Amino acid sequence: MLASILASGLAVGAIYAMIGITYNTMFATSRVMSFTAGQLGMLGGVLGSLFLLRLGLHPVLALGLMVLGCAAIGVVTEIVAVRPVLKSLDQHLYVLTTLAMALLIQQFTAIQWGTEPQPFPRLLDLTIGGWEEKYWLPVATCAVTILGLEYLYRRTLVGRAFVAISEDNFAARALGLPERNLRIASYALAGAVGGLAGFSGGQLLLAFFANGPLLNFYGFIPVALGGLGNNRGAVIGGIALGLFQQAANFWVGGIFSSVAVFTLFIIVLLAAPQGLFGATASRRVWWRRSSEGCCPSWRCLALASPCRSPATSITG
Amino acid sequence: MPLTGNEYYGLIVTRIAVYWVLIAGLNLIVGYAGQLAIGYVALFTLGAYTTAVLAAGNAFAPIPALAALAVAGVAGAVFGVVVGLPALRLRTFYFAISTLGFATIVTQIALAWQEVTGGGIGVVGPVFPAPFDDTWGLLYFCLGFATLATWITANVARSRFGRALVAIRDADVAAEAIGIAKPRLLIMVFLLAGALAAMAGGLFAALQTYITPDAFTFELSLLFFIAVLIGGRGSILGPLLGTIILTLLPEVAAPLAAWSTFLYAALLLAIVLAVPGGIAALLDRRSRRPLPANRTITPRPEAVRALIAHDAAPGALSLRGITLSFGGVRAVDGLDLDVLPGQIHGLIGPNGSGKTTTLNVISGYYRPEAGSQSLGGVELTPGLSTDRAARGIARTFQTPRLIGEASVLENVMIGGTTQGQSGFLEAMLALPRHRRDERLLEQRARLALQAVGLDGLAEVRADRLQHSELRFMEIARALMLRPAFLLLDEPAAGLAHEEIRRLAALVRAVREAGTGVLLVEHHADLIFDICDQVTVLNLGRTLAAGTPAEIRVHKEVVSAYLGA
Repeated sequence: MLASILASGLAVGAIYAMIGITYNTMFATSRVMSFTAGQLGMLGGVLGSLFLLRLGLHPVLALGLMVLGCAAIGVVTEIVAVRPVLKSLDQHLYVLTTLAMALLIQQFTAIQWGTEPQPFPRLLDLTIGGWEEKYWLPVATCAVTILGLEYLYRRTLVGRAFVAISEDNFAARALGLPERNLRIASYALAGAVGGLAGFSGGQLLLAFFANGPLLNFYGFIPVALGGLGNNRGAVIGGIALGLFQQAANFWVGGIFSSVAVFTLFIIVLLAAPQGLFGATASRRVWWRRSSEGCCPSWRCLALASPCRSPATSITG
Repeated sequence: MPLTGNEYYGLIVTRIAVYWVLIAGLNLIVGYAGQLAIGYVALFTLGAYTTAVLAAGNAFAPIPALAALAVAGVAGAVFGVVVGLPALRLRTFYFAISTLGFATIVTQIALAWQEVTGGGIGVVGPVFPAPFDDTWGLLYFCLGFATLATWITANVARSRFGRALVAIRDADVAAEAIGIAKPRLLIMVFLLAGALAAMAGGLFAALQTYITPDAFTFELSLLFFIAVLIGGRGSILGPLLGTIILTLLPEVAAPLAAWSTFLYAALLLAIVLAVPGGIAALLDRRSRRPLPANRTITPRPEAVRALIAHDAAPGALSLRGITLSFGGVRAVDGLDLDVLPGQIHGLIGPNGSGKTTTLNVISGYYRPEAGSQSLGGVELTPGLSTDRAARGIARTFQTPRLIGEASVLENVMIGGTTQGQSGFLEAMLALPRHRRDERLLEQRARLALQAVGLDGLAEVRADRLQHSELRFMEIARALMLRPAFLLLDEPAAGLAHEEIRRLAALVRAVREAGTGVLLVEHHADLIFDICDQVTVLNLGRTLAAGTPAEIRVHKEVVSAYLGA
């Protein structure tokens, strides 16, 4: 019983964490939170099932095509829904454009793929010490994703450029970094991560067009818990959410577990708006605030965009 | 008494009316306050089930359908606030997600809580008492309800509360300086919109005669949300047309029904990117009439006196040892400052010397790390921006902060938001006291426009004004508070020579009326011309203080700032 809560909690937690990372990856280079994050997860499952079951491709090939497809969706999102509204971030138009984009993806899938949940095949049929594949696969994928991202951000030039852009967009551009290309690349990367989340969790979530909004919500909670832009926080938040949700599911039943999760979300938002683990770096907080039209960094003082309390937002 | 023989048309009109009851309320949240509530189907579902379950007696003894509808309204109001809580503190996206999350769980609960909701099988809809128990009776009942919802929300939209909502949306920083408390205002609107949404749900349950969770899809929520955006922000007629169009679209184009949500989404994307104003912008003819060229701003000192004159001097505005750093930079470093009533106090210094930061500390946008501030000997709460208006401190901004879509008159009326006597409920029902408030506000706003010399432009959309006119409009808005102290942040920036002369006359008139002015400015001529006292800042500290004559010959000031 405890083992099954643990297994399923870790599995869904890992999926939520990866969707959280998808949000963060897009946010890092564009300061935009995109509704397409959940849809990418949905697409990972649907494309996986399409390639594996309908077309009968080899799993490796299917995985590769799925990643390419989701990355392409990420790039299209950047071009259609993000770039045109970047100039007026403070008007929050991105909420509308990315929502519209997410709906286009979802409805297209509903019509072309069907509205019934469809099966997702087992990939390896490998049970490790009683740990079924559908439960360990998302966890393993999440771990690989994190390691891959860490390697990218710390060891490669492109990854460092990502970090530079997310730390200080102005300075990075002044140094001559190709900000636009890096943003496109980060949307492709986010697409791949979101796709992996849905692919690895396909056996749990099935290939179902309506998974998007669900993943949007449950994948955003780790971001809110862990602090915007903080991948480590998203992983801890995701796993915690998964375990909490499955435990509540078991102890108090489905209705009240979703109520409990929602209540937790509202309480966290009100009690710790910056997340429990804070954002990754104080500079980012400045930037985050500035994108909201409120910015205590020296650059913006000339524009006189005042802010409540710089002291708390910096440490926040 | 059927309107036509065709029951099908009757059903569609009823459905439009039901949707509109919800959308009318949602319009205040999305269209006016700019809060992106995408999951309002949750409250609709809540209301439908509450009404149906109570009327059917699944949970308790059955109660009359109308009473059940009222209970649903109360439940909707409560949950409207719960879902809205994140909007009071956090960024837009968080609120959007929290409404989305609420929509997700409400459907799950409706499915899982079988003994009450009937699960997937559903529950019988309520039947209203005669004569509202057949198709046509229900149609008239819903139309009546929709009319009532329109009237109430239009009253709110046209009141100072509606203007304050728009101010929160487009100029939240200025809204705080005017004294608009965002949480209180939003909670009242969430209550109203939640109640309307839930009662719309109750009407929907009666219309459907039988409800299952399938009826409350997220697509329905999008219809509500997109109807407002297609209609255009800050309009009642636009969203009403949007509701009619979106409800009819799948009916007239039956082959398109499967693609309707896809089309809604495409429409949303197109509207946001191409026609941000929506239908309302297309209908707005006022904004296309050409403005007179060569118009001049002619402030009238006697109007300033009539508007703000007061005899009781409130005492000085004092800062003591104010210190504030950003990261490693000390923006203000132990600053002492006294501004006296009926005096113009100039605050000058090179860029980055802490002038605007000082204003922001006084306005409560920044909480200083050390030091105290008081007005007339009574402490000003550090970091609390919304009480400054009540304490008699008004201000303008370096970049004018205005509501572009509202008229100049409305922009100025916003300045007097806190001065109304009537409450939200009175505004909702357009009671006499509220109407008197509105008349008074408009009168004073027209006087303020005369005072700054913009009375010829009262009805013009604010975003059509020239930069210099916006500066004077901001001063008019600030004067609406009848302030004891007026903080002006570079009011002469971008003004022509002649306009600066008129500004000087206006600021002098404000002083003569007994108001103290703190003037941050780069135009040395203006400062030395009108100020009684001047403080020179450098690196957050006072470099010199004294009368203009003393400052003009101060050695360090001349070398550091004024030049030989």
